[in-house]
Amino acid sequence: MSMSLVQQLVDGLAALMLLVSFALLAQHRLLSVLHWFAAQGVLLAVTATIVAYGTGNHELYISAVMTFLLKGLLLPWLLWHVIKRLHVHREVEPLVNLTLTMLIALGITLFSFHIIQPIEKISESLTSDSMAIATACVLLGMLMMITRRKAITQVIGFLAVENSLFFAAIGSTNGMPLVVEIGIAFDVLIAALIFGLFFFQIRTTFDSLEVDAMHAALQDREDEA
Amino acid sequence: MFLGTLVAPLFGGLMLALVANTRLAFGINVATGVATFGFSLALALGILEKGALNPVGGWFFLDAYNVFLIVLTTFVGMTTAIFSGPYMRHEIERGRMDAQRMRLYHSMFQLFLFGMLLGFTTDNIGVLWVSLELATLATVLLVSLYRTPASIAAAWKYFILCGMGIALALFGTVMVFFTASNVLGHGNEALSWTRLLQHASELDPAVMMIAFCFLMVGYGTKVGLAPMHAWLPDAHGEGPTPVSAVLSGLLLNLALYALVRLKMLVDGATASETAGHIMMAFGLLSLIVAAFSLHKQRDIKRMFSFSSIEHMGLMTFAFGIGTQLASFAALLHMTVHSLVKSGIFFTVGHAAQAMGTQKMAEIRGLIRHHPGIGWGLLIGTAAIAGFPPFGVFTSEFLLFTATIDAHAWTCVPLLLGLLIAMAGLFRFVQPMVYGETAAQAVPVRVNMLPVYVHLALALVLGLSIPSFLSGWYEQAAALIVTTSVEGL
Amino acid sequence: MSGTSLFLQIAQAVVLVLFAPIAAGVVSTAKARLQNRRGAGVLQPWRNLIKLFGKQVVLAENASWIFRFAPYVVFTATIMAASCVPPLLVHTPLSLTADVIALVALLALARFFLALAGMDIGTAFGGMGASREMTFSALAEPAMLMSVFVLSIGAQSTNLTTMISHTLNTPIVLQPSLAFALVAMLMVAVAENGRIPVDNPTTHLELTMIHEAMILEYSGRHLALMEWAAMIKLTLFATLIIDLFLPWGISIDASLAGVAMGLVAWLLKLIGFLLGLSLVETYLAKLRLFEVPEFLSTAFVIAFLGLLTHYMLEIGT
Repeated sequence: MSMSLVQQLVDGLAALMLLVSFALLAQHRLLSVLHWFAAQGVLLAVTATIVAYGTGNHELYISAVMTFLLKGLLLPWLLWHVIKRLHVHREVEPLVNLTLTMLIALGITLFSFHIIQPIEKISESLTSDSMAIATACVLLGMLMMITRRKAITQVIGFLAVENSLFFAAIGSTNGMPLVVEIGIAFDVLIAALIFGLFFFQIRTTFDSLEVDAMHAALQDREDEA
Repeated sequence: MFLGTLVAPLFGGLMLALVANTRLAFGINVATGVATFGFSLALALGILEKGALNPVGGWFFLDAYNVFLIVLTTFVGMTTAIFSGPYMRHEIERGRMDAQRMRLYHSMFQLFLFGMLLGFTTDNIGVLWVSLELATLATVLLVSLYRTPASIAAAWKYFILCGMGIALALFGTVMVFFTASNVLGHGNEALSWTRLLQHASELDPAVMMIAFCFLMVGYGTKVGLAPMHAWLPDAHGEGPTPVSAVLSGLLLNLALYALVRLKMLVDGATASETAGHIMMAFGLLSLIVAAFSLHKQRDIKRMFSFSSIEHMGLMTFAFGIGTQLASFAALLHMTVHSLVKSGIFFTVGHAAQAMGTQKMAEIRGLIRHHPGIGWGLLIGTAAIAGFPPFGVFTSEFLLFTATIDAHAWTCVPLLLGLLIAMAGLFRFVQPMVYGETAAQAVPVRVNMLPVYVHLALALVLGLSIPSFLSGWYEQAAALIVTTSVEGL
Repeated sequence: MSGTSLFLQIAQAVVLVLFAPIAAGVVSTAKARLQNRRGAGVLQPWRNLIKLFGKQVVLAENASWIFRFAPYVVFTATIMAASCVPPLLVHTPLSLTADVIALVALLALARFFLALAGMDIGTAFGGMGASREMTFSALAEPAMLMSVFVLSIGAQSTNLTTMISHTLNTPIVLQPSLAFALVAMLMVAVAENGRIPVDNPTTHLELTMIHEAMILEYSGRHLALMEWAAMIKLTLFATLIIDLFLPWGISIDASLAGVAMGLVAWLLKLIGFLLGLSLVETYLAKLRLFEVPEFLSTAFVIAFLGLLTHYMLEIGT
């Protein structure tokens, strides 16, 4: 594989990554959100493999395998399990309607492209173009976190942000040092486990996974205090 | 010495996860705290004598700046461990805790300290991020410890907001790595803070500036700067008091420490003061927002958590100014704030236990039925509000001097914010301490020793800073400043 | 400029127009086969048209001149649009006018009269169809322009001939933006031609129809013209997509061999496209009406992403 082909493939994957980020935002059903999330994980693993091949950085193969297992299989499976066990309502229930969300998302993408422009110019790295897309994906994940009503979609948003960060790391910098990456993966895993724990606690305490109920609890607390 | 500092809390944390007996666990917790403090003290003396150190193959880095924070952390960690024993026993008696969760509490507490110390000592800005995340995750579990609806909601909010913030910080770190890898190659070198500082002027200014914006918002969320502070009052208000104390006194420090370390790099790269100005703006905004919000509070712990936001804003502002004097003031302020604020939280915890409530409207006449708590609260509040002769006064005075030197006009909002905050504090504390009591006060086993030790230290720092300590601050401040100025 | 090239220019437009009913026949036959029916054969649309031309026109009492006038305007505008899109030969005498924006405008003109005619009679269905058509086209047109812009940025022109030559002359590289543009364009094409999943051309089930609702009152040659125009539009979109995204095989000079090659290539690609369409139509269910705007805004978003990725990933590298 020639260097430029690797570059092209990574660019293509970056575009797909952006598409998946939008797709995550556009879904109506919780399970399809989950499917797209899993797809994002697999996409990351593929990107890591290709970058590893292109740069000859063998540490990245480890990251790729780790990513595939953790983000492509384990986390989606865990979330799926939670949805099944807790009988979460299947609709996504956004706070802002989807069309508006999409428009905001487009605006965000434009914005991140704008701010990353200066970076693009100076970079000499193999795959630096994807920085802008990674930025956009990070912000889109955050948009998902703030425009969704359910705790579980917020978490998927959080993990999508994490995925985009990972993409930024491999896509734009050919991978962070392995120690850091393992550390980050470890943190994400713990975070996901804590999330899972929380789901059950929230469920037993509030009898639903709606964030509104929690806000109400804090509000009451503030009012009575 | 160095490894001892790190390993002690980790080992303690692991051991505590296995110990079921609460009384024994309390002992181990205190012992670990004392041991860690001992190690760190020895370490600090070593650094003072020999200068900066790069132990364990350059993975860690110790200089005057962080070693002083390490000592502070281990000290507050130790006193909190001492305080938490009787406090938590009372909570068990009230039925808010059980032995199982005590185990989680002790174990997470030490793990949190480990995360803190790892963050302070590491030389790798990636590991710094990881450790901050670790400390956050540990405290999330601590905040939700009571399992009440409000505490779970607060922990969730804390988790989500800080998760978001910390993700942005990671993104900033990735960007730093992105530009650094062009200079230092794709290895760990490009994340090593010392190496980055040496090559700061070669880093791309545009990228570093964008990275700093992400880092500022990211770590700023953890520092509790407005407008990203929403999680802080809830997390402080709903968690157990020892947790509020270490959150306020320590975790916020680590986030600010990270921010200052990265600001040095950015200053080196951009050769301008823009990063400092951004920090000043955030700091000032936090100060004023917190000062006004303070007046609206009804819960005593929430009220003091807004005071924490105010003081973190003040420190951010001071570090933003970036002169030698301002940095000195900021470091001193960090120390006294940690001491006094954790002391106040200890007192507040006892007060809340004594009255069986956290509502300020129902806490009355502390000085009558619990003179120890009442005096503690009064003196603590006076100290944190910046009354002489306490250390807070000294540091704020120094800060004002520095501000007049650098940006004189900002003194006006600064002073205003401080006055408003002070008015708010006393408006609430006065009736709580002196007010008429109709009350159903419960006798509590009070352990005021940590409070008095903290306040006494703050007093000493206010009256005359011991020469070895001021030398230490000066060294640290000089470190922050020279590195910033070098690039200019 | 020679006589032959002028002749070729006209000839290729004529080929497109005459082939359009066969193309529609290909789709319906392929669909029939996929559904295990025999189907009426690819020439059936032609037979229908000829039959309709022979029939008497029945006009509603309150039909105004607009109603009588509309089929001619629609048909003419569509033919003009069709002559902009070269199926066989890139450089033709009129290639300067072959601008994509003009093409969109011509199609909009046709649609405008179609909607007017739908409302003219004053029946409920006509008005309903017209309102739906206008709503959807308001969403489809920006999406289409956006996806065309992705390509025209590369070629630095909205002229079809220039764009085709540019695509032919650039080396083949992986361009994600083109994939985005293609997907968006396909979605728009489906919507514009009233195919499943947006509209069903074979149903007269009143609640869901859009295009059929507007021409419900037409008969005789008027109906023939309207239907023919619709078929031409389908072929036109297919050819446009082929031209923009898969131009290889199209003839650059006016030699006989080149044109013959171009014809074969075009037919193959067109039939491939039509078979794909019939597959899609067989496997997808029609969307509920209120989901169509979402479908179209998705097309818009995808096209926009194409534009952005083009800027980010492809320019400057």
